[in-house]
Amino acid sequence: MTVIADIPDVPRAARRPQIGNPVVRWLRTNLFSSIPNGILSIVLLAVLAKGIFSFVQWGIANAVWLTPANDSSACRAVRGLGACWAIIPEKYRFILFGTYPFDEQWRPALSVVLFIALYFLSTRRAFWRRELIYLWIGALALISVLMWGGVLGLSFVSQDRWGGLPVTLILATFGLAFGFPLGILVALGRRSKLPAIRSLSVLYVELIRGVPLVSLLFVASVMFPLFMPSGFNIDKLLRAQIAIILFAGAYLAEVIRGGLQAVPRGQYEAADALGLSYWRKHRLIVLPQAIRHVIPPLVNTFIAFFKDTSLVLIIGIFDLLTTAKTAIIDPAWQQFSVEVYIFVAAIYFIFCFAMSRYSRSLEATSGR
Amino acid sequence: MTTDTPRPPPRPRFFGAWGPRELKGLFWQVLVVAIVVGVVGFLWSNTVTNLSARRITTGFAFLGREAGMPIADSLLAYNPRDTYLWAFVVGVGNTLRVAVIGIVLATILGTLIGISRLSANWLLSRLAAVYVETLRDIPLLLQLLFWYVLMQALPAARAAWRPIDGVFLSNRGLILPAIPLGPPQLWVLGTAAVGLAVVYLIRRWLVAQQMRDGKLRPVWPFAVSFILALPVLVSILLRVSWTIEWPQLRGFNFVGGLTLAPEYFALLIALVTYTSAFIAEIVRSGIQSVPRGQWDAANALGLRRSFMLRQIILPQALRVIVPPMTSQYLNLTKNSSLAVAIGYQDVVSIANTTLNQTGQAIEAIALIMAVFLTISLSISFFMNWYNSRIALVER
Repeated sequence: MTVIADIPDVPRAARRPQIGNPVVRWLRTNLFSSIPNGILSIVLLAVLAKGIFSFVQWGIANAVWLTPANDSSACRAVRGLGACWAIIPEKYRFILFGTYPFDEQWRPALSVVLFIALYFLSTRRAFWRRELIYLWIGALALISVLMWGGVLGLSFVSQDRWGGLPVTLILATFGLAFGFPLGILVALGRRSKLPAIRSLSVLYVELIRGVPLVSLLFVASVMFPLFMPSGFNIDKLLRAQIAIILFAGAYLAEVIRGGLQAVPRGQYEAADALGLSYWRKHRLIVLPQAIRHVIPPLVNTFIAFFKDTSLVLIIGIFDLLTTAKTAIIDPAWQQFSVEVYIFVAAIYFIFCFAMSRYSRSLEATSGR
Repeated sequence: MTTDTPRPPPRPRFFGAWGPRELKGLFWQVLVVAIVVGVVGFLWSNTVTNLSARRITTGFAFLGREAGMPIADSLLAYNPRDTYLWAFVVGVGNTLRVAVIGIVLATILGTLIGISRLSANWLLSRLAAVYVETLRDIPLLLQLLFWYVLMQALPAARAAWRPIDGVFLSNRGLILPAIPLGPPQLWVLGTAAVGLAVVYLIRRWLVAQQMRDGKLRPVWPFAVSFILALPVLVSILLRVSWTIEWPQLRGFNFVGGLTLAPEYFALLIALVTYTSAFIAEIVRSGIQSVPRGQWDAANALGLRRSFMLRQIILPQALRVIVPPMTSQYLNLTKNSSLAVAIGYQDVVSIANTTLNQTGQAIEAIALIMAVFLTISLSISFFMNWYNSRIALVER
């Protein structure tokens, strides 16, 4: 408990006379403020130095960076001593784009760029207008054309051959694009005065939130074919996408409901006094305020289900994690799965870290 | 504006108490319910047709049949000749085994890291921040596969690592020394549990007394005598032996001790480290939510540090901590279903095998959902009860 004992004492440190070398002063206040703290710092420094040293030895000094095509003998020679980063240049096309026709892989690559541009524009405050919706519709349509093809001289690529990063981004983005309006409707339904609509919304939200996503994906992959009329079958990727939309809708509904609760009663009453209809009241007055309130938790929900799209591995859809896992089935490279997982983890990390930084900057500026 | 025009009389209502607003509401409700009933009915009739076309009989009769599936690692006794029903129960046991231990460990680790983030030691707080950021931003399934690959890359049993004497880490999992628990040992532990309940009641009574006359009465003599001394006395009187069983390497595997299979160990590590990152943030924001004035006031009263933390700071921080903590516990439990990806046989994995063996897709998935809904509802019920107990009582 001595560790947190120092929180309220910040002013005391500030009151200390500001003399001596600034580096020494910094060390004294931050690392060696007391004897136990000094011992802790030394122990941590030693552990950290050892950790960094062994990682540098494994990951840089002894690592193999490039090998001739499909020859892993150099990697096997250093197995256990150094990393085999050579597996990344060997396999990155498959990890990033799966079994998409090799010569056409500029199309998924361009789609990824479009997705990132779309995310970037959506984070700019200047774009938070109605036009953003048209931008999303346009970008998603363009991405669909790029991925499927069949028009404008692009050859048709069926979605069985899609894979890798574009699939992860498609699952997450379309899940968001459809889950968000669904979430708004359900959140409104849950606060509705009409008992039948309210209880249906509560049932939906609690049912989806009470069970793991894995079981919803099982429903999509195993039970869905039973639900449909015979002879009518939907593609596996689309079924998983529907499961993710339903899943996202329930979680987003709860976040939006929190925002609706934060809108003062006076706003509802003022809208009623103006004689606005239910939908106009919510569209023009309530929802813009409610959603502004909950943007940071919304971004956190996006991060959570961006990560959760990786669960489609369990029903065998080729997202980024599944292509990574498949890439290391190759017997020549089987032993170097750790390197591949680190590579894929870095990709996921970049996306999620950017989003969480963004959410934090929003929280910091939301008071203004 | 003319103010003397008489107000028009209220329009007569055609449907008695039913104004246009109520009618509109009724219309919407009937419409939505009709759509939902229509869609569900459509799916249901398709399902019935499909099932009869595929000659699958619905119902839970298959639960009584012999399962015939092997379950390598289980909490409850199981053999492949048992029924599907028992296999399910064993699966639930495995889910609970990883969820309960995971929740306890994640809470401890998360609290330590959350406190470390607030430490005055710059290095410690930076390291904790890096830990939290890294683990939160990588999918759990990827972390799980990573840990599982590391487990498989461990040396064979003969060359097992021995970090501490008696503890072995190999590709057979983690093997720990254990105390075999038979009925006599369980009796002693039961005595300790009863002692704990008694001490809880005594403490409540002592606090009630203190409320009346303001005198502080120590609880520890009762705690020591009922939780510690009484069980020790019982075990001496009944001559219960508490020998530690050390694991031994025999041939290619270990004998004795407690074995955590690689699948279980990987799942536990992944769940605990991932969830602890979220718990750390909750604990940090909870402690930071206590206003500085509370610390200053407690200091000004000259309270001892431990007393201040226990009686002033923690009760206020817990109010902020408990609700989000509940959803983390629920997440951990639901995330334990990722076990199916590495072959730890939890309830999802066993239901999946059942589904493949019998073709009873609807029943198997309905069972998974029922199990998780029950667990989720009980955890949130318990945490809501706890939350209402510690909530701020305002006049």
